[in-house]
Amino acid sequence: MPSGDRHAARPVGRVAEGTVDTTSARRHDKGERVTDTAARHQPTTIDRLVIRFAGDSGDGMQLTGDRFTSASALFGNDLATLPEFPAEIRAPAGTLAGVSAFQVHISDHDITTPGDAPNVLVAMNPAALRAELHRLDEGGTIIVNVDTFDERNLAKAGYADNPLTDGSLKGYTVYEVPMTSLTKDAVAPAGVKPRDADRSKNFFALGLVSWMYTRPIEPTLEWIAEKFGRNAMVHEANVLAFKAGHAFGETAELFDHRYEVRPAPQEPGTYTNINGNTALAWGLIAAGQLARLPLFLGSYPITPASDILHELSKHKNFGVRTLQAEDEIAGVGSAIGAAFGGHIGVTTTSGPGIALKSEAMGLAISLELPLVVVDIQRGGPSTGLPTKTEAADLLLAMYGRHGEAPMPILAPATPSDCFAVAIEAVRIALTYRTPVMLLSDGYLANGTEPWRLPDVTTLDPIEVDFTTEPNHVDDDGQPEYWPYLRDPETLARSWAVPGTPGLMHRIGGIEKADGTGNISYDPANHGRMVALRAAKVAGIAASIPPVEAVGDVDDAELLVLGWGSTWGAITTAVERARAEGHKVAQLHLRHLNPFPSNLGEVLARYPRVLVPEMNLGQLSRLVRAEFLVDARSVNKVEGTPFTAAELHSAILGAIRD
Amino acid sequence: MTDVQPTTKKDWASDQEVRWCPGCGDYSILTAVQMLMPDLGVSRENTVFISGIGCAARFPYYMNTYGMHSIHGRAPAIATGLAMARPDLDVWVIGGDGDLLSIGGNHLIHALRRNVNLTILLFNNQIYGLTKGQYSPTSEVGKVTKSTPFGSLDAPFNPIALALGANASFVARTHDMDRQHMQATFRRAHDHKGAALVEIYQNCNVFNNGAFDTITSKSNRDSMLIPLRHGEPLRFGADGEKGVIIGDDGRAQVADVAEVGEDRIVVHDERAPSASMAFNLAQLAAGPHEPTPVGVFRAVERAEYTESTDQQLARALAEQGPADLAGLLRSGATWEIG
Repeated sequence: MPSGDRHAARPVGRVAEGTVDTTSARRHDKGERVTDTAARHQPTTIDRLVIRFAGDSGDGMQLTGDRFTSASALFGNDLATLPEFPAEIRAPAGTLAGVSAFQVHISDHDITTPGDAPNVLVAMNPAALRAELHRLDEGGTIIVNVDTFDERNLAKAGYADNPLTDGSLKGYTVYEVPMTSLTKDAVAPAGVKPRDADRSKNFFALGLVSWMYTRPIEPTLEWIAEKFGRNAMVHEANVLAFKAGHAFGETAELFDHRYEVRPAPQEPGTYTNINGNTALAWGLIAAGQLARLPLFLGSYPITPASDILHELSKHKNFGVRTLQAEDEIAGVGSAIGAAFGGHIGVTTTSGPGIALKSEAMGLAISLELPLVVVDIQRGGPSTGLPTKTEAADLLLAMYGRHGEAPMPILAPATPSDCFAVAIEAVRIALTYRTPVMLLSDGYLANGTEPWRLPDVTTLDPIEVDFTTEPNHVDDDGQPEYWPYLRDPETLARSWAVPGTPGLMHRIGGIEKADGTGNISYDPANHGRMVALRAAKVAGIAASIPPVEAVGDVDDAELLVLGWGSTWGAITTAVERARAEGHKVAQLHLRHLNPFPSNLGEVLARYPRVLVPEMNLGQLSRLVRAEFLVDARSVNKVEGTPFTAAELHSAILGAIRD
Repeated sequence: MTDVQPTTKKDWASDQEVRWCPGCGDYSILTAVQMLMPDLGVSRENTVFISGIGCAARFPYYMNTYGMHSIHGRAPAIATGLAMARPDLDVWVIGGDGDLLSIGGNHLIHALRRNVNLTILLFNNQIYGLTKGQYSPTSEVGKVTKSTPFGSLDAPFNPIALALGANASFVARTHDMDRQHMQATFRRAHDHKGAALVEIYQNCNVFNNGAFDTITSKSNRDSMLIPLRHGEPLRFGADGEKGVIIGDDGRAQVADVAEVGEDRIVVHDERAPSASMAFNLAQLAAGPHEPTPVGVFRAVERAEYTESTDQQLARALAEQGPADLAGLLRSGATWEIG
């Protein structure tokens, strides 16, 4: 993205002194005035906008952001979102700990991140202003619910003086809107008690922002009807509040301009706005259809993975069985049991759950049964930062089991990519009879983007060959079944499910004799089985397409190597550096174990390799060990994704070195 | 499902050499099960034994069925997934007191409360055998073992009371010295729809030899085992001279029938909707050295989990229609780009 348009969304129009509405709403800004009030109803076109809604946990900011996003998606903007909320369900109202925020980046062109710095901050109380102001673009716009800026709330937020009056917001354009009182007045005709009226103020804010940024209002009204239609009073109150907010923008001569972000040119097709967890759940369902096998999910609720359990639980008509297990171990255990029975066994969790499932994953490796283990990574160690993103479980996925226990690892790059990666995980699990680790993270899980829906008829079927006949002959010439006879190409073992006549057999976690699968303590056999299991996982590389770098592929001074959710920020940063004339190439890995077979060769082409990671350098360790390449790390372990600006400067720094 | 062909005990034995210590109580349990299977009207291919870790957990290797020797404590969880995925299968869970009551205690109680269609055989020998003789969660207080040279301090679990507390729909006890009683109990447990727990007093002749002799040896059985028979008064002794009454303190206790009169003897009702009386009976004996009830404590009908799972799937299919992947992808707000 060209660097010059960072401030493109900043309001530029100004009204003359004295034209400010006589209501209690006020605007103060940083200086220059214009007199062109007639222009205020003609929207100014801007190419992108980053808006951040922030308020108390109870203020409905996630919902407000989500509706603004949906309206923008339907309008045809490209977009990316970043919801951020506290781990506490309800931290004390009005405190910094209780601030919940939702950032959305909309544009008229292709974008890959939810934006570095917001251009607009909607702050529903002093705590939201205090907690979020530092993120705001220099000279950006602040819209506050001025009704909440009383002594009590200011004190709770830790303000000694009112920032609206003490001059500390000089340099920003501030709109003070009495949202609480205007909402109360607006919803009174619906018979809503003043106390309950407060709950609709987020719709007032949404209405106001929808006016300012020329969002279509119909989708929101339809959504309100759908969501609240059953409760006539709440429905009416929310509609009244939303319309009041919209009308306020229109009539209060506070807002000198409206802005419009035109639709982005996009590939023809049908689009939906999707987050990573939903895409992942749908990908698992799709994989079940493609393999024509039922899906079984054993899972224990944990942030930020629970939404996959919720989503899959809704779709039992696809033959999906879900078990909310008694603990993480039972989640994976039940999935292994279902896999033994011929289902696609899946367990979903976050880091702490992976730690608990380690022994069972080892069992699945030893049993050589298909299993998909989904880790929606979050800040660690221990409980860490449950609602914040991090990608520090790569080495856990790679090595976090006792013994030589290799497991394939996959990572999606964007929310919608979770769909394809879930299918790929199931393909590998079923084809190679192995547990597979899928590493998503909290940022992908909750972040959204428009997704051009694939034509499901073009998705490749997944072939599963259950064994139904004896596959061996004993010394007496009698047919028998050996569960550990392998496919010579994939090294996958034979798989006969219970219920198959004549093929009864026992498997277990004790080392098995190569072939028969009987218990074996023979040292040479153990060595052979360890090598076979390792070779099987390494051999998956044969089914992975070779990777190709993008950007200045042939003459780059620097290759930026990434994995997982850093893709968006890396892509924007690389594009910026290239726009400035630097030669940079980019490579993003979906398969982390085994690596694509040509990875070493690609890395060797570039004089410098930079690996941005939301950990202390885990992929960089792996590639250094595997390919003896001098990969440099750029790390961020703060619970928030990289910004493109951070990576842009890291790229420049690496080139200068 | 294929037609069930007649089988013999031999058909149910695998070709693997049985490797328990000579004289272990596990042998008689294995024989009892292998002899019973031909009579249950089930096929080998539709039968699965799932175990955890421990001496008892080797059991599946010796059955010519499908089987999984899994990891310590997790057999009930693995079996739950298998039973949910494949309600057509007959799933058995095998484990010892360490496996099912210590490391796997959580999974056991949840399988019982969910009422998953599992037949769970708990081999209780009140000791850790495979790790060579530490005390277990059913060992008596003061047990001197390698890990408790001054005697154990832990109060033991009462497996029957624990299962009843988890609202198990079928709870029974038997012992390894009486094949007929084992088989009758296993058959009832197998035929029960839902989770069935059978506690088997099993002798570990190496690390805890004779733990149950006081009550299970042939000469003591009449006077020390109280047979639980549905609808019959709880009487025992060579001539039925002893019986179970409810004392003034509300607790079950043993009395001389002649002294208290036949009318006061408790009539056993395994189908009582409340588990209170069964719970009372479960605590009649302080340990296997006092008169101890054996047989079925409780057998009640309640919703079975795998059947309920399938009913939900059927309901979803009826309400939401058949699987439509393209439709699912379009189930949110969508828009067209031309």
